[in-house]
Amino acid sequence: MPEDLNWAIGGEAGDGIDSTGKIFAQALSRAGRHVFTSKDFASRIRGGYTAYKIRTSVDRVESVVDRLDVLIALTERTIDENLDELHEGSVIIYDGERSTMQDVEVPEGMVGLEVPLKRLAEDAGGAIMRNVAALGAACEVANFPIDNLDEALEKRFGDKGEAIVANNRQAARLGQEYVEENYDHEFGYELATTDSDYVLLNGDEAIGMGAIAAGCRFYAGYPITPATDVMEYLTGRIDRYGGKVVQAEDELAAINLALGAARAGARAMTATSGPGIDLMTETFGLVATTETPLVVCDVMRSGPSTGMPTKQEQGDLDMVLYGGHGEVPRFVVAPTTVSECFWKTVEAFNLAEKYQTPVFLVSDLALAVTERTFPPEAFDMDEVEVDRGKVVDESEVDSWQDEQGRFQPHFPTADGVSPRTFPGTTGGAHMTTGLEHDGLGRRTEDTEVRKEQVEKRQRKVDTAREREEWDYREFGDPEADMLVLSWGSNEGAMREALDILAEDGYRVRFISVPYLFPRPDLSTEVAAAEDVIVVECNATGQFADVVEHDVLERVQRVNKYNGVRYKADELAAEIRETLAGDAATQDQEVEAQ
Amino acid sequence: MSSDVRFTDFKSDKQPTWCPGCGDFGTMNGMMKALAETGNDPDNTFVVAGIGCSGKIGTYMHSYALHGVHGRALPLGIGVKLANPDLEVMVAGGDGDGFSIGAGHFVHAVRRNVDMTYVVMDNRIYGLTKGQASPTSREDFETATSPEGTNMPPVNPQALALASGATFIAQSFSSDSKRHADLVKQAIEHDGFGFVNVYSPCVTFNDVDTYDYFRDAIVNLDETDHDPNDRDQAKAKILEGDTEYIGVLYQDENSVPWEQQEGLDQNMAEIPDGAPEDAMDLVREFY
Repeated sequence: MPEDLNWAIGGEAGDGIDSTGKIFAQALSRAGRHVFTSKDFASRIRGGYTAYKIRTSVDRVESVVDRLDVLIALTERTIDENLDELHEGSVIIYDGERSTMQDVEVPEGMVGLEVPLKRLAEDAGGAIMRNVAALGAACEVANFPIDNLDEALEKRFGDKGEAIVANNRQAARLGQEYVEENYDHEFGYELATTDSDYVLLNGDEAIGMGAIAAGCRFYAGYPITPATDVMEYLTGRIDRYGGKVVQAEDELAAINLALGAARAGARAMTATSGPGIDLMTETFGLVATTETPLVVCDVMRSGPSTGMPTKQEQGDLDMVLYGGHGEVPRFVVAPTTVSECFWKTVEAFNLAEKYQTPVFLVSDLALAVTERTFPPEAFDMDEVEVDRGKVVDESEVDSWQDEQGRFQPHFPTADGVSPRTFPGTTGGAHMTTGLEHDGLGRRTEDTEVRKEQVEKRQRKVDTAREREEWDYREFGDPEADMLVLSWGSNEGAMREALDILAEDGYRVRFISVPYLFPRPDLSTEVAAAEDVIVVECNATGQFADVVEHDVLERVQRVNKYNGVRYKADELAAEIRETLAGDAATQDQEVEAQ
Repeated sequence: MSSDVRFTDFKSDKQPTWCPGCGDFGTMNGMMKALAETGNDPDNTFVVAGIGCSGKIGTYMHSYALHGVHGRALPLGIGVKLANPDLEVMVAGGDGDGFSIGAGHFVHAVRRNVDMTYVVMDNRIYGLTKGQASPTSREDFETATSPEGTNMPPVNPQALALASGATFIAQSFSSDSKRHADLVKQAIEHDGFGFVNVYSPCVTFNDVDTYDYFRDAIVNLDETDHDPNDRDQAKAKILEGDTEYIGVLYQDENSVPWEQQEGLDQNMAEIPDGAPEDAMDLVREFY
């Protein structure tokens, strides 16, 4: 008897699809079952087609699958949209009394359950509860104890009063009883419950919660799908800890507001998606060259331009790695699961402050809209560490002043990380600028100082490479000849794919990479494998390019970055020197042989 | 904050590279005087500057300062102030920074009414790029990029401010140093967004809006019966358009800064070493 279930409710935007789906997901979660949800949605407020899908099991679920067992269809289109996922024996619950649903033809081999949802809801107190009546019907089909819905209904409708909660509970029971009494069919499901306590949250919420845990107190943003949930999560909640969410007039303002707050000493962040990242790129170089800690979250969606705002893509990797004119270090961290969205956010704030550098926290739509169950210990707040880096207070400020008593915010230290004072610190006053600057933060075009500052900023990356662990997550068979690499939300689907491939006899080593810059050196792993496959949700293989780049060792580099063009004689000398170095290395190799 | 702060304490040892005679010297001196006279010191003051000749001000002053990208000085200043309301925040920029590339931010900064001061060095020309039309250039002003004039009316900054719900609007003149410093001081003391537009002549590229022109054209509001608390009077003066008034055009005496309305009174830089004590409650909300 199947214990797993793939369930969905679909209809038009405005039909309450999301909130109904969420109630069922919460009921399953509270019953100690694992849940993994996904959404089919469009960028519109009403109409069209939208669906909330749930995969549930007693075991962990990591992915969506191409299979739908029970579908609540509020529109005929909902059935058409899901024909590929429906299968022989799938159950379709619909209200045959609804004028638009009277001519519905249930595909052959499937079970159509006509339930008068609206009428049952009216009997319970109002037509608005028809979706809840459908949930009751679904409980009967899945053999899932209907009591489990009660708590979720209380959570959803509690603030509307006990009467409303009671009516909804009644509507659910009428739906269940209708199926029980009118359909003498053995559906074959048995959704067991367990004593486990799970929490249910999506990637955006995990990022928001991670931000508060990490001490983020300032968030500025401009609403954009699919990043808005980060902002909505923080609104109201961050205030409890003395923080504030500011809705900016645009993304240009959002990143500058956050940058201002960060200069004032706050842990600050902004979150957006592709079109917003485009705008924020204007200020990105300023953040980086003024060495300001800032977390910029990009919840990726399909591009280019407005693209497909409600669809998945991992198309921004090149943008976050290389976007912006000029060269300046940035860190790029990309969580691979919903719970990692929490932990990588915490880590992003620490990296930003320890290395005084902007950190791109790159998530994607699949993580943002997926609600997943976790034991609460997965977010153990005692494990959260806050490292503010080289912050200098009034007692230490003297040692970072020059001989004239001026504080040096960009002093070229050995590790590249300079001292930092928060405004208000006596003796720490300093300026900084997007112009190239000296150790005092004042503009300069001196070729030596320019070189010194470029190298100092770059040195922070070397330091971070040494001091931090840029590890990857590994699954499957470590000895396998076939290596699969991926980043971002593909991890869950790939982990389950490993099981499917194993059934067909494929032995696969799977490496999921959460650090895109700095990133783990994969050259040994790539060299050890016979086949290397890079999996990602984009057309050109941006991460694949990165992997190929990292294992290539052929090119030598001659660089100049002091602001002066190459001169012919100087260039000839550089080339000669490089070749001489090359020859010397070859000689050594010959001798060694 | 010590009471013996002098305005020269706000001066850095970097010599300005502005052209001799540039209005920005007077504008900056007035800002420094006003900061000192309102009891501030460099360690509690944050100056944000935009791009252009005016953008260099952070370098020539001594305080905490950030020289941003073109047009975004106001959001930067608001971010600083909200994160630590104890700081004195002063934003300085030019007419291009404030009313062209940053015009959108100007409207919204005015609306938000955060307690800070915005000084615009308005020379009605793009100086640092060597003489092109600015948003406040006259319609018939001939420049390298407008050989037959702009054929557009100039932006009226005060009108833009008033329409956006401003609570303090002043106009000053950089060479009238005493009055200029006093107007900036009033803007600092105002509870909310203090906007001071400054006629700050460009002696190199603008041969129309010169010191002589302003000396002739200026009407001092103190010498009229203008009541700056009367919005209708302010509106009439601002929309006249052909008179160069200086003084406080409008002040809402009942202004309450946005950050106060929102209950922000903490220095956000101060956070615990780990997650907040009750942070597991956040997790439990997801049951």
